[in-house]
Amino acid sequence: MSRLQEKFAELKKRGEAALIPFVTAGDPDLKTTLKIMRALEAGGADCIELGIPFSDPTADGPTIQRASERALKNRITLAQILRMLRQFRSGSETPVILFGYFNPFLQHGLENFCRQAARVGADGVLCVDLPPEESAELKHWTDFEGMDLIFLLSPTSGADRVKLVARTGRGFIYYVSVTGVTGARRSLEDQLRQRVAAVQHLTSLPVGVGFGISTPQQAAWIAEFADAAVIGSALVETIERANGSSAKAQAANDFVSKIKRAMKKSSSNARI
Amino acid sequence: MGKSKNLFSQPKVPDRLGHFGPYGGRYVAETLMPALTELEKAYSEARRDPAFRKEFHEYLRQYVGRETPLYFAERLSQKLGGAKVYLKREDLCHTGAHKINNTIGQILLARRMAKNRIIAETGAGQHGVATATVAARFGMECEIFMGKEDVARQSLNVFRMKLLGGRVRVVESGSKTLKDAMNEALRDWVTHVRNTYYLIGSVAGPHPYPMMVRDFQSVIGREARRQIIKQEGKLPDYLVACVGGGSNSMGLFYPFVKDEKVRMVGVEAAGRGLRTGKHAASVLGGEVGVLHGSKSYILQDRGGQIRQTHSIAAGLDYPGVGPELSYLKDRGRVDFSSATDREAMKAIQFLAEVEGIIPALESAHAIAAVMELAPRLAKHQTIVMNLSGRGDKDMATVGDYLGVKV
Repeated sequence: MSRLQEKFAELKKRGEAALIPFVTAGDPDLKTTLKIMRALEAGGADCIELGIPFSDPTADGPTIQRASERALKNRITLAQILRMLRQFRSGSETPVILFGYFNPFLQHGLENFCRQAARVGADGVLCVDLPPEESAELKHWTDFEGMDLIFLLSPTSGADRVKLVARTGRGFIYYVSVTGVTGARRSLEDQLRQRVAAVQHLTSLPVGVGFGISTPQQAAWIAEFADAAVIGSALVETIERANGSSAKAQAANDFVSKIKRAMKKSSSNARI
Repeated sequence: MGKSKNLFSQPKVPDRLGHFGPYGGRYVAETLMPALTELEKAYSEARRDPAFRKEFHEYLRQYVGRETPLYFAERLSQKLGGAKVYLKREDLCHTGAHKINNTIGQILLARRMAKNRIIAETGAGQHGVATATVAARFGMECEIFMGKEDVARQSLNVFRMKLLGGRVRVVESGSKTLKDAMNEALRDWVTHVRNTYYLIGSVAGPHPYPMMVRDFQSVIGREARRQIIKQEGKLPDYLVACVGGGSNSMGLFYPFVKDEKVRMVGVEAAGRGLRTGKHAASVLGGEVGVLHGSKSYILQDRGGQIRQTHSIAAGLDYPGVGPELSYLKDRGRVDFSSATDREAMKAIQFLAEVEGIIPALESAHAIAAVMELAPRLAKHQTIVMNLSGRGDKDMATVGDYLGVKV
């Protein structure tokens, strides 16, 4: 079982949903990212999504676009990100998912990338622009290295696509809560609960929900019916506003601990 | 099917998932996958429907003004002193470029799919104008994404789009050119996918766009093939077209792909020179990667980040190329050359002076290549060049370059 699968199993026993914060690697530098990741873990993150910056992030809203631009201004590379991850892993068992666009992975060489990522302790890979249809080669190497290749589903995915993702994916399924790009939203769609239930009906994989979640209340609601809540833009914005690496780490810690508290309450209520 | 009539026939491309050999495909967010499947289904039904084809050709005839002439450029040929040069006059299409062949096809498809909102990206503004034009004609809502830098250098086209009732969305992210306009259009599409039709203007993007745009544009090559046979009694020796994303080149080349003796040359934008790094020559200067939904040659750094491009021609200023062109390049079917900003400028002046035709800056890259190629060929040989657009939109840029205030 991968670290990620173990984590989901452990949380299930406790009747809790996972909190998965997203942070862009190298925003504004890797030292800060390392501090932030440790702060997220201390604040109660069950798993961390580490965003790999890309010059043309077509699935991202303005917040994560800005974070990627800040990271790329320092000419950050995948190799540097993996070195940072090795440092994080030396003191932590929290699962880490590399979350990005396909081209930087492809240029690194998929075999090389997977071997190196597994070696430094990455647990999963998620490519926003890589549907199952194009994933054969990457899937081969993530399987080979024992990492989970995670796919997304969205409100536009029909039952055939849910089955395809359930068949191809590992670790968990990332359900995109809205049709749109990443970014905090004031309200989530009412039918979300039913849609997630429909996906859960067709898979044994845990189902996490992301895109648009920004407040403890929203995360608590998600925890009632989903196996994980992913929070990206709202956290990246919080980090963006704080000045200096220590303040950024502190802000990240405060942000996730509030959300984790709200989620714990809600999932224990809902699941008793 | 069954026993192949031609042992040497090429594998059918694209395959079911849009692959041209290793290129093409669908590298998009999950939210768009069902929309692409729906589009592909609608298109494959439409292309088999005689009523759809008839309507498409009727609009091409009555509204676009097809067929366009295949003009023997006699003085140009004499001055160059080699092959006979024929110009496929796409500059004479309604709106001034070949782009409208494709927008007519796709707007008919959008109507068939009951989508009322049209979005498009544009670089030089020609595709934006062609989209706003057909949206006006069919009474649809239309938003055009255009990089801020292109808005500045193509202000005439921006005004035309507005006059046609289109809304121009100025894109300020990244390099503020065509690639960023496409990013923003994709973001809009993913958000409004249920009621919105994304009308891509090049043979790029995820399947089925490269195939569909090629099919709609291949009216250029079909006409040219018929016309040159009629005028010369034989196929041409060379086809020449400029390549940004590649729609005008694929449109001309595609009906000749099986004519192995016809050489095909794609001309990329060398900007300030291939060695300077300030260019937009994705095939000559790029490597295989994934951008905007398909795998192809792209301009990128070693880490897979997309590089900034430069060309004086906004329509060529793009770091990728259609996947089918990458495929034809690898098979040795299409050769690639390039022309710099300076060469394109000279070519504009040359064609204007000897033929009385002012080409678009994009098409001027093809002229520059013809100016090199024709003198090296014999008098009985022929070149068909796609004059993909007219130069009116570029007068301010050309004036600037020559130090004349327009």
